[in-house]
Amino acid sequence: MAWMSWTLPTALFFIGIAVILVGMTTWQLISPCVERRGFLPLATTRGDRLFIGLLSSAFIHLAFVALTDVNIAVATALCALWMIILMRWG
Amino acid sequence: MQTKVENNKAWFLVMPVFLIVAFSAIIPLMTVVNYSVQDIFDPYTRYFVGTEWFKQVMLDSRLHEALLRQFIYSFTILIIEVPLGICVALMMPTKGRGASLALILVAIPLLIPWNVVGTIWQIFGRADIGLFGAFMSSIGVDYNYASDPTDAWLTVVLMDVWHWTPLVALLCYSGLRAIPEVYYQAARIDQASRWAVFRYIQLPKLTNVLIIGVLLRFMDSFMIYTEPFVLTGGGPGSSTTFLSQSLVQQAIGQFDLGPAAAFSLVYFLIILLVCWVFYTTIMNMQKDK
Repeated sequence: MAWMSWTLPTALFFIGIAVILVGMTTWQLISPCVERRGFLPLATTRGDRLFIGLLSSAFIHLAFVALTDVNIAVATALCALWMIILMRWG
Repeated sequence: MQTKVENNKAWFLVMPVFLIVAFSAIIPLMTVVNYSVQDIFDPYTRYFVGTEWFKQVMLDSRLHEALLRQFIYSFTILIIEVPLGICVALMMPTKGRGASLALILVAIPLLIPWNVVGTIWQIFGRADIGLFGAFMSSIGVDYNYASDPTDAWLTVVLMDVWHWTPLVALLCYSGLRAIPEVYYQAARIDQASRWAVFRYIQLPKLTNVLIIGVLLRFMDSFMIYTEPFVLTGGGPGSSTTFLSQSLVQQAIGQFDLGPAAAFSLVYFLIILLVCWVFYTTIMNMQKDK
């Protein structure tokens, strides 16, 4: 695995993604979701909202990095909040 | 009465694909993420730099220009190739030897390797020995793709249209052949015009293959490297330097693995976003119908 040049933050990032995917799969098996329409302009399933949330979070992080000198943890906290809002009311 | 058995055995059948994708895409992508946060000097000497490379990439004006060129290029070829592909498919014969011959002729450009396509057009566009270059000169157009950015763009776009319109045409042709004859019979009974048949029967039935066609052509054109590299080398100046070429210059030319990895991830996210927007829009249009 050394050839992959792992670092602690990237390892934590991928563990986080893996945990989210396993969690969402388990949630889906226990309680299958139904497509619904929230504040997003399209009907989405839980998986759709996760995908939209992760993709938009990536762009939020990039915008923070490019446009501000604020600590990246602020962007992560904002994204976590955004994910919760999106998953619940999106 | 036999009831349908439901189980998860299908997942085991998908496992080989998952393993192949893991080795060919997921693990390399994870490695790129790891590279993007480090300054790498050699396999044993590397330093964690956090988001520094991302900041550098996001503020790099050369990359902004390459991104703009890339979008203009991709949308230009989509605007040309999709309608042209539909027209070619509509004009292709449907029965007999003519159909087989047309299929073979249309498919020929798809069989030619990308670097050969670049070489063909490099020669084709030359005013001294190339047919296209000589033709342009003969009608009084001062055409030189090696020194004029507009001519270089024209040649790169024409080359892509020549190479990839057949893909859209073949996809549409297969879509058209899948339309049951009863639709056309109904249209004849209603005395529908040729346009009405196209607008209300053929085009709606082509939606699925067009989704695939647009997505494939967008992704391919957005990642284009070999043909413009062989034809113009990204020039004149940097007028035909697209994203992948900038990336290769950075990663292999300068061996800046960290910034190149950050660039790759931004590039990947843009492709992912645009493909998702395309896919969602088209699927929603279909649902609304």
